[in-house]
Order: sequence, then structure tokens, then C-alpha cells
Amino acid sequence: MTVRFDKLGVVIAAIVAYAAFAAPFATFRANRIVPGEARSILEALPAATGSPLLAVIVAAALIALLKTPLIMRLAAGVVALAALALLIGVAGSFLTPEGNTFARISPASGFWLLIFAFTLLLADVLTRLNLSPWARIGVLVVAAAAIGMLLVSGSWNSLSILKEYANRADSFWAEASKHVTLALGSLAAAVIAGLPLGILCHRVEKLRAGVLNVLNIIQTIPSIALFGLLIAPLGWVATHVPGAASLGIRGIGTAPAFVALFLYSLLPVVANTVVGLAGVPRAANDAARGMGMTERQRLFGVEFPLAFPVILTGIRIVLVQNIGLTTIAALIGGGGFGVFVFQGVGQTAMDLVLLGAVPTVALAFPAAIILDAVIEMTSTGRREAQPA
Amino acid sequence: MIEIEGITKRYDATTVVDDVSMVIEPRTIVVIVGTSGSGKTTLLRMINRLVEPTAGVIRLDGADNRSLPGYELRRSIGYAIQGHGLFPHRTVAQNIATVPVLLGWDAARIKRRVDELMTLYQLDPQAFGPRYPHELSGGQQQRVGVARALAAEPNVLLMDEPFGALDPIIRNKAQEDLLAIQKRFGTTIILVTHDMEEAVHMGDKIAVMDAGKLVQYAKPAEILAKPASAFVETLVGASEKPFRLLSLGRVRDAVETGTAEGEAIPGDASQRDALAELLWSGRPALPVKGADGKPLGRVTVGGLVKRAARPA
Ligand SMILES: Nc1ncnc2c1ncn2[C@@H]1O[C@H](COP(=O)(O)OP(=O)(O)O)[C@@H](O)[C@H]1O
Ligand SMILES: [Mg+2]
Repeated sequence: MTVRFDKLGVVIAAIVAYAAFAAPFATFRANRIVPGEARSILEALPAATGSPLLAVIVAAALIALLKTPLIMRLAAGVVALAALALLIGVAGSFLTPEGNTFARISPASGFWLLIFAFTLLLADVLTRLNLSPWARIGVLVVAAAAIGMLLVSGSWNSLSILKEYANRADSFWAEASKHVTLALGSLAAAVIAGLPLGILCHRVEKLRAGVLNVLNIIQTIPSIALFGLLIAPLGWVATHVPGAASLGIRGIGTAPAFVALFLYSLLPVVANTVVGLAGVPRAANDAARGMGMTERQRLFGVEFPLAFPVILTGIRIVLVQNIGLTTIAALIGGGGFGVFVFQGVGQTAMDLVLLGAVPTVALAFPAAIILDAVIEMTSTGRREAQPA
Repeated sequence: MIEIEGITKRYDATTVVDDVSMVIEPRTIVVIVGTSGSGKTTLLRMINRLVEPTAGVIRLDGADNRSLPGYELRRSIGYAIQGHGLFPHRTVAQNIATVPVLLGWDAARIKRRVDELMTLYQLDPQAFGPRYPHELSGGQQQRVGVARALAAEPNVLLMDEPFGALDPIIRNKAQEDLLAIQKRFGTTIILVTHDMEEAVHMGDKIAVMDAGKLVQYAKPAEILAKPASAFVETLVGASEKPFRLLSLGRVRDAVETGTAEGEAIPGDASQRDALAELLWSGRPALPVKGADGKPLGRVTVGGLVKRAARPA
């Protein structure tokens, strides 16, 4: 019998081997800002769970390494991730000295690498399974529910990031809602302004190059610089336009953040609208006019539906980009998860940085998956007919 | 009746269609033929005002085609283009229903009409109605394109190289289908092609275009027999002319008295088919039968060759 290796499996197994045996699984710190001490899997977990976890990890890595049936690889990935997710919480309480509220236990590089390796395995399996858009959303919901249950059950409460959360639960949700409002609000504004602008650029060739160039230039301004550039004009508006200040328009705060995100969002929306409309088959447009559609009917009945998947791709780019960029808004007082990131950087408290960073990723990732699924759903059945 | 009077189209300094006048009789097929770039498409598109002429008038049944808004005019005229131009995001049934929907027909009437047209074009409404265009073969797409153009029962149908993308066998079938449908509904058809063979086969009259000018407008036999210019002569193809003449004539018109051995050929087959059959089978004569199956006489190689040499 010949043993055959899976190409990606070799990489996964190598990462797992390093992460499980050479890298620290958890970090112990006497308080939230001192440097930490590394703990391996066997040190971080009670004897009754440490060795079984190692066994599970090694078995899953072997399944990944060899050419095995997809269903087996799926099971290996799910079991390994579930075990890691559960046991990192166990490590948290095991390593915390009885009654000590200052000690901080956080997942260390080994843990993160293991999560990465098995996520890679799962992602590969899911890609190869070629799931339908609805199935992908289903997987996302199940994963989100599982993580939600772990959070609610309190099994992660002894981990440092949740201790940071516990200390600022109120402001966490306030910033979360600001973050989502900023990211989605600026997206909505960009769609409302960008779609007509894109349609105009498509119709009026003279405008196209000019508008797209300006938007391109805006896109290349570093985000911090753009936030900064907006402080002066918005400050001026706040003091000189009656009523502006009472609407919340100020040189710093939410207003410049919103405007900057809006400006960044315009290019993908406008450019994709233009590209989408340009990609509408000539013959379809010609037929639409030849059948007696009015300009409006052609726009909404033919051009728009055919360009929609491409426009949606632009919206997806903007959504993910905005969820990430909104973090920077905190620098000019715009709020959002960035508040924790920059506070954490200031206090050299990594856990606080993570409290800002992890939810940002947790928002962006599903947003990307859901929009990808929607894009696929809207483009099936609409591919251009090829003349035989 | 369609009257085209002194129609000219200029783009900047270039004249694309140059002072064309012609009258298209109702219930006939007129084929516009010419080399690429000769202005055929532009002429056709001025009839339904996808292109606005620089000068001249086009009247449909006596009414200037500018007396209606362009989109309303176009809803009353069928339009089919090469590569069919089906809407890729709409199903076959929705595609065919396009103009009836624009005209605000009620749903039941639309469904009846769509089913009727699909059946006419040998596409099972149950099976093909819900499909998307990319799920059809080229020939099926083309049929759906024509069905869509006919959906609102237009009196006039404009077709721009509708069979250009089809392979020869399917193209033949599509041409026959179109002739049958034209007979059945009495639609006036203006068809653009660059294929003289197609023009001779389909047209009651042929309009030959060259560099924007209408150089000859006549019945196929006349175009073949008396080409108006050297250009038409080349387009007809001097070497193929005898065969084209034969393909215009029916066997029954070439019958001689006498009998012959073998399978009889129907009287309304083309003389070209009869000659091909004779040459292919190596026989000197074929029996001819009428539509009722009764013998009419025979055709001979010699008789057909003489006809090809001496046009009527
Ligand atoms: N919108 C336009 N602008 C400029 N020139 C055009 C336009 N449409 C057609 N033409 C020119 O007019 C000529 C005739 O075009 P067309 O009517 O499409 O010819 P055909 O259908 O016989 O091939 C071509 O030389 C073409 O380049
Ligand atoms: Mg043309």
C-alpha cells in the first residue's frame, strides 16, 4: 500500500506540529500589563484534558496530512476546532490562581496557529464540497451560534479578553453600535450617491475619466491623512453654517469619520457601476430599444439587473473595507471598536487591543461570506448566452 | 405598405445611407443585401427609428413614422437581430413576453400568446419556458429571438442578419420556418443579409445596397438575369448564376413529356434540386409527380441545362 499525501495537508501538519509541541499554548501574566510567561498544552491544561487534546490534534493533523475522504477531513477539522475552543477556556480557569483577579490568561501563538491550521483545513474542505450559497450561509450561522453559545455559557470568562470586556461591557456595546452605524451608514450614503453617479458616468463618456480619476486619488490618500484633512473644512462648516453644529457636524468626531468613509466608499461603488453597465451585452441593449422600451424601462429592466452582480461586488468591497477602516475613526473621536485598539496600544494592554480587533474581524468575515453568497445567487441564470 | 422616400443618413461628413427610395408591398418579403458596411443595418434601423434619418421620410401605411414617439412605434414593429439579443437574465417565456408586457396585455393573454408561439417554433412551453437563454442551443435561441419579435402580432417584422450565426443545416430550417410563418400571418418582412443565396431564396424582392446607395431593387429573377451594374453582377457571382436561376424555378415549369425510371420528384421542388439529383444518380431523366402523386412527365439533364443557360 502506498501512502499518499495531501498537498495542503503537508502544510497544515507542519504548522500543527510546530504549534502543538514548540509554541506556547497560553500566556500567564500576573497582571494585565506585565510581560507574560509561556505555557505549553500540557502545562496549561489539567492532566486529564491535556493529553487527550494533544491526541485529538495529532489525529486530526494526520487525517489532514494523508489523502482522506472529504467527510473525514470535515469531521477532523470540526472536532479539533471545537476541542481547542472549549479547552482554551479550561486553560483560563486552570491557570488562574484561586481568588486572584489580577492574573491574566490569554491564548498564545500556539493556540492561534492551531486555530489557523484547522480553519485552513475546514476552508479547504468547504471549498471542495462546492457548497451552494445558502449552504455556506447555513455553515456561517452554525459556526456563529456555536461561538455565541460558548460566549454566553461563560466558559471563556476566565480569558483575559473577556475580562477586559467585563470591565467595560457598557462602553463595548455603545462603541459596537457606533462602529456598525458608521460602517453601514457611510456605505448606504455611498450607494445612494454612487449609483446615480455611476449611471451618469456610464451615459456621459466625458465625465467618466474625470470622476473616476478624482475618486482614485481620494482612494490613495492614507486614511489618517484623510481624516485629518477633513477636520478643518468640517470645523469651518460647524462654526459658520447655522444649525450644522446642532446636527453633530464638528471638525472631530463622527462627522469627519463618516465623510471620510463615504469618500473611500465612492470609488468601488461608482467604478463597479460603470464596469457593470459597460458589461451589459450590446445586443441586449439594442434589443431592449428595438422592442420599444423607454430609457427608464431599459435602465431598470435590462441594464440594472444585468449589472447588479458587479455592482454588488463593489458594495461587498466597500462593506468589508468600511468595517475595517472604521477602526481608525477612533483616532479623531469618531468612536467604534478602534477606541479599544488605541486605548490598548496606549496602555500596552494587548488584551484591550484584541477586544477592539477581534469583533472587527468577526463583523467583516461574515459580511464577506454573506455578500459573496448573495452575489452568486443573483448571478446564476444570468450569464450571457453564447451563440452556438 | 412601407414607403421609403429619399432617406439619407450622414454621420459627420460620411454618408452612410444615400438618398434611398423604395416601396415595400404589404405581405411580402424584401431582402436588403450588400457587402459589409454598405448601410443595410442603418437603413433598416431608420424604419423603426433606432436611427433618425438626416433627410427623407418613411411612411408606414401612409403615416409618417415620426408621428408616434419612437418607443411606441417600435412596439408595433417586430425586430430580430443577429445573435438574437435575448435578455440573459430573463427566461425564455419572459423574453418572448417582452413587447406584450410593454403593451400592457393581461397575464392570461400573454401566456396564451407565448405558449402559441413556442408551440409554433417547436419549443415545448413547459420544458423551455422557464429556461434561461444560455441553456438553449444556438438554433433554439434564434427561434426564441424571432418568436419574441412576433409576440405582439406586428404587421411588419425587421430582421438584421437573423440567421448569420447559425450553421448551414439549422439555417435552412430557420429559413423554411420563417417562410411558413410569413405565409401564415401575412407579415411584411424586411430582412438584411450579406448572403445573396439567402436573398434569392427568401426574397419576393431584393434591394441591393452599395456604399449607401440602392443600386437595384427588383424581383430575384430580374436581379439574376439583368444585374443593374457590375457590382450587382459580382454580388450575384457570375459563376454561380446558372445554379441560382435554377434554384428559383420549380420542377413543374420544366416538365417535358415522356416517362423515366425511378423515384419521382415533386413538381414544386426546385429545378436546382432536380439537376442535383440527376447528376448525383447519373440518370438522364427523372419522373415528376404532382402534389396529388399523379405523374406529370419528366425532367431531363439537357432540358435543365438549357434553362440555366437561357434565362427567362
Ligand atoms: N453610429 C455611427 N456612427 C458613425 N458611423 C456609423 C455609425 N453606425 C454605422 N456607421 C457606419 O456606417 C456604415 C454602414 O454601417 P451599417 O449600416 O451597419 O452597414 P451594414 O449593416 O451594411 O454592414 C459603416 O461604415 C459604419 O461604420
Ligand atoms: Mg449590419
